[in-house]
Amino acid sequence: MKNHKGTVEYFFRLIFLICGIAAVFCVLAISVYLLISGIPAIREIGLKDFLFGPVWKSERNQFGILPFILTSIYGTAGAVILGVPLGILTAVFLAKAAPPRIAEIIHTCVELLAGIPSVVYGLTGMTVLVPFIQKIFNLSSGACLLSAILVLTVMILPYIISVSETALRAVPKEYEEASLALGATKTETWFKISIRAARSGIIASIIQGVGRAIGEAMAIIMVSGNVANMPSIFGSVRFLTTAIVSEMSYAAYGSLQRNALFSIGLVLFLFIMLINGLLRLVSERGSNK
Amino acid sequence: MRKFKEFILNTGMRLAALITCGLLAFIIGNILLRGVRYITPQLLTTQTSYLNDTIGILPNILNTIYIIIVTMIIVLPIGIGAAVYLTEYASNRYIVSIISFATETLTGIPSILFGLVGMLFFTQLMGLKQGILAGGLTLVMMVLPTIVANTRESLLTVPNSYREGALALGSGKWHMIRTVVLPNALDGILTGCILSIGRITGESAALLFTAGFGLRLLSFFNALQSSSATLTVALYIYANEHGNFNVSYAIAVVLMLITLLLNLSAARITRKIKDRRNG
Repeated sequence: MKNHKGTVEYFFRLIFLICGIAAVFCVLAISVYLLISGIPAIREIGLKDFLFGPVWKSERNQFGILPFILTSIYGTAGAVILGVPLGILTAVFLAKAAPPRIAEIIHTCVELLAGIPSVVYGLTGMTVLVPFIQKIFNLSSGACLLSAILVLTVMILPYIISVSETALRAVPKEYEEASLALGATKTETWFKISIRAARSGIIASIIQGVGRAIGEAMAIIMVSGNVANMPSIFGSVRFLTTAIVSEMSYAAYGSLQRNALFSIGLVLFLFIMLINGLLRLVSERGSNK
Repeated sequence: MRKFKEFILNTGMRLAALITCGLLAFIIGNILLRGVRYITPQLLTTQTSYLNDTIGILPNILNTIYIIIVTMIIVLPIGIGAAVYLTEYASNRYIVSIISFATETLTGIPSILFGLVGMLFFTQLMGLKQGILAGGLTLVMMVLPTIVANTRESLLTVPNSYREGALALGSGKWHMIRTVVLPNALDGILTGCILSIGRITGESAALLFTAGFGLRLLSFFNALQSSSATLTVALYIYANEHGNFNVSYAIAVVLMLITLLLNLSAARITRKIKDRRNG
């Protein structure tokens, strides 16, 4: 097998190796570029003033991104708080209780939800949700953190459901049978045994949801009002992602403003790597069990 | 008490599933209700003209097709090659785990960051102009993991006896891969393609600063190097900057139809694969 005679074989081996390394190259390029372009502004502004500065006013050269960081964290937390119970309940129903036909229908719905482009979520949010929120809470504008949280909730739902469902389906039958034999009802078994046995998969699904929520840009820029305020539930807010989108198109080439936007990208990247690391830890623990 | 708890959980479960499906039904219904009537032949077959004060999305439909073509032409050989390397060649576990780690990492990176890096790398460093080519190259990074994962999965299901048979008959490794392994992995590759096309069609954040905002009608080769908005970006421009929700909803209908079509075909192929494996 390992006897590579002939230049043709050698050539193709090399080609395939290069293809294989392409992904590694992409990750390296992304990390290096974000570091190189993100550090200058942080240096100029000062790490503390950049990360913990409460005011972002690019026209006055004030670049503190604390409002964006907090908004991203609050927004993600809100979406997780609303999305996780809804997602897990649906996943249990889908994996355990639903008759096959109904499960298939729900499955298709979940896949379609995952396939809807984020701008379509944004448009729906902008024209349905925002006026609705404005009306019921009697606000001057419904474009606020709450609207963004609701849109994010719907967007992370399909990921939570499908990953949790896979984990729930993988729970060994013996566990459930043992619980049923001991007199527990089906529902008790699902919620006390199956969920516990599928714990690492469910946690992984939540972490993935967090990753999606924190990285989403286009849907929430359309519903969140886009003013660099400190976050409040009915206030117009800006996320890490939407801060980049909203100023990049007019920031002058080489200006501190533009560099600061790259630094926001770097901060976002670090958040994502942290989440990836967590995910890796959880799934490794899950497979070691 | 026990009965009551059980009742709550049972109802909660059904309610949650109902809400999930209801959300989808509401979103699709709303889009169809508000968008279908604005889909006119004129909208689909012309470009936006400020002189005549008409709006057309033909350029954006074409741009979406262009960017799918460019991305897939580049990503397919690389992605399939990477999967072949991982399953057929790689003997060093260390290299395999590095490559797997890289593809997993790529999957988790948000599209706005791909957009930032794509802008820095392809337009600033390599000197490309904003356009389909820079956008397509950015999307290559983004959908690479999808192609690799799906191809790899279906390569793993090709029985080893096929490989051994081909090698025993005197075939070289490359010849074996080309004639025995890859043809048997076609459906996985196809699934990867469909999923990728779906992602490309729905992508917007990665394209804002790489493919650009242009709304003019361009030929394929001109579009490669000039600012060209895809359907999603056009939807964003019309909704967020022009406040023209009617056109946005019409575009949303088109996008939903494409998504639906892709989803159905992906589901059909997966079912076929399953049937074949069981049969």
